[in-house]
Amino acid sequence: MSDHALPPFTEAFSQTRDGSGTGLVLAQLDQSARRAGPILWVQDRLAAREGGLPYGPGIRALIGDHRPILRVAARDGAEALWAMEEGLECKALSAVIGEVWGNPKALDFTATKRLGLRARRHRVPLWLLRQDGAVDLSIAPDRWRVTPLASGINTLDPRAPGRARWGAELFRSRRHAPGEWVAEHDRAAHCVDLAAPLRDGAVGTGRSQSPHTTPRAVGGGGPIRRL
Amino acid sequence: MLAAEGRHGPVIHAANDTAIAAGAARGARVVDIRALCPELLVAPADLAGDAAALTRLTLWSRRWCPWSASDGSDGMVLDTTGSAHLWGGEAAMLADMHTRFATLGQTARLACAPTHGAAWALARHGAPDTICTPDTLPDTLAPLPIAALRLDGETRLVLHRLGLKRIGDLMAIPRATLARRFGQDGKHLATPLRRLDQALGHLPEPVVSPPPPQRYRHVKRLAEPVMDPQPWLPDAMAALCADLTREGQGARHLRLDLFRVDGHASRFDARTARPSRDPAHLLRLLQKHFETLDAGFGFDTITVEAARVEPLSEAQMRLNREADSAVALATLVDRLSARMGAASVQSPAPRESHIPERAETWAPAIAKTGRADLLAPGGLGGGGLVAPPRERPIRLLQNPERIDVLYAVPEGPPIRFKWRRKPYSIARHQGPERIAPEWWRERATARLRDYYKVEVEGGGRYWLFREGLAGDGRGGPPDWFLHGLFP
Repeated sequence: MSDHALPPFTEAFSQTRDGSGTGLVLAQLDQSARRAGPILWVQDRLAAREGGLPYGPGIRALIGDHRPILRVAARDGAEALWAMEEGLECKALSAVIGEVWGNPKALDFTATKRLGLRARRHRVPLWLLRQDGAVDLSIAPDRWRVTPLASGINTLDPRAPGRARWGAELFRSRRHAPGEWVAEHDRAAHCVDLAAPLRDGAVGTGRSQSPHTTPRAVGGGGPIRRL
Repeated sequence: MLAAEGRHGPVIHAANDTAIAAGAARGARVVDIRALCPELLVAPADLAGDAAALTRLTLWSRRWCPWSASDGSDGMVLDTTGSAHLWGGEAAMLADMHTRFATLGQTARLACAPTHGAAWALARHGAPDTICTPDTLPDTLAPLPIAALRLDGETRLVLHRLGLKRIGDLMAIPRATLARRFGQDGKHLATPLRRLDQALGHLPEPVVSPPPPQRYRHVKRLAEPVMDPQPWLPDAMAALCADLTREGQGARHLRLDLFRVDGHASRFDARTARPSRDPAHLLRLLQKHFETLDAGFGFDTITVEAARVEPLSEAQMRLNREADSAVALATLVDRLSARMGAASVQSPAPRESHIPERAETWAPAIAKTGRADLLAPGGLGGGGLVAPPRERPIRLLQNPERIDVLYAVPEGPPIRFKWRRKPYSIARHQGPERIAPEWWRERATARLRDYYKVEVEGGGRYWLFREGLAGDGRGGPPDWFLHGLFP
């Protein structure tokens, strides 16, 4: 099956207690104006209550200020899924982020299949951000689990947190071999760096000292660069 | 007292009874009257608004007769020929008008006469609620002053100097004399002879009634009551959209009325983010209401109406047969808003504020007509002073959450704290960034905030703040809050 036949549909599991999942999703959306148009951000009520609302100034600093956000406050998971499906039919959107808390009943295998079909038909990238959810059945070709990691070194102030790092585990993928990486957002190159996790020593010694794995070509259109 | 701009400064446009008793007269200069009565309250007159209100009132007054027009800046003329008996005679009709105008908060001076000129004269210079018939017309008009003839000031002055003070005096003069002195017609439209003839009905003076504003409404009456009105809607909507297309308008507010046979009516509204006349799109906005429709014994009348319209020019399709992306976005906003409520679909509403939660809030996207630039590529335009970029979280909690400090140090954020019943230890921190309260809008006891970006052990970056300082005299010891999440 070629890459093109797979829907541009990615699932990311994370906790509402930290912003790692949101950070990784937004960092992967940072494609330097490859697609113009607003981002549709669908949140159900519990996700908004537990994890807060997206905050424009911070997001614009992360992904550049060319794409505004259209936020949809859904009451529950079913309504969030309906809004996502409507959004996937609109080609003027640059991406749809669906944020669902926990495991709502409406979000089953069939629902993900419907989302996948629509995403594939209209080629609108869909990111399903599963907050505090348990892994269940899904059609998504790529499924990530994101945890926060200690940040890189801040060159200006050693006591301050530096560039954000996340522990990104691709635990299921139909495009690549699953694996576990330390992900970091390269703001200048508009992509995400994936480095093999350090086996020993303290995390946070800088990217230049991290052991390099063999670079591999990564398909799928995602702005992912492996080191 | 209302003032309008005159040739030499403001002049009095209208005054209430108290001001008139104090010496204010229409046309006098405001400074002169101020000298007489220093405590006079002056407000600017809204002439354009008055004219618009009078036009609306004229249209409203077609409840009594089908033919009405505004007359000057403060009058209306209604042609009630053949419609007065519907109200039980002219006296009853005038009483009804008084009641209805009083309900609107207006006082009216009314008169009923066979000609426009006579009605004008009687309403302004006659006894209240005069009703005159063709037989009594000359006798009723005779005692009225010359001013009741709608003449210009110069002619009035000449007549006054000639000693002609009443209309009756003018009637007694031979026509030929009047015509020789003032002219009969031609360029002098408002000659005394002509006005007299118009008032007495010897010359016709038609009333030009402006057409009512176009109403985009389509009514479908069904021969038999139906339980499901949906099959009839596409036709009605297509007819409505054809009307809109012909006039170059698009609907911003769509209204559907369903009338049941038992007299019950249901009304559904749908609003759009930008004007639209696409029947399929407008129908889809109404779709949600049919799921919970109570049909009773069936519907026999269906009405679709564009309650608010805005100009919409013809849009050209692109070569690939796809609609413009702005239209596609507005369509999406409409659909989501129609289904989930307008408040649920939000776009950022930035404000000039340095308080983080006030600087950018979420506002309904459908209400944003003037701020289309926010959803356009490019986003917010610059302009004005731009603050240096500060590090901001990507998620902001809806309300700052209080954290329990387990181990505090005099300077900087606490070493250990508890948030949502889980303890955290801070590994690194950055700050403080001091954000002072907006003293011009908050109460005096509002406290400043010292924000820290902290990283806890095991990752996780948060935005904490301490509200207030120890000993700033604005409450007890300062509290700590968690406000946002960094990536």
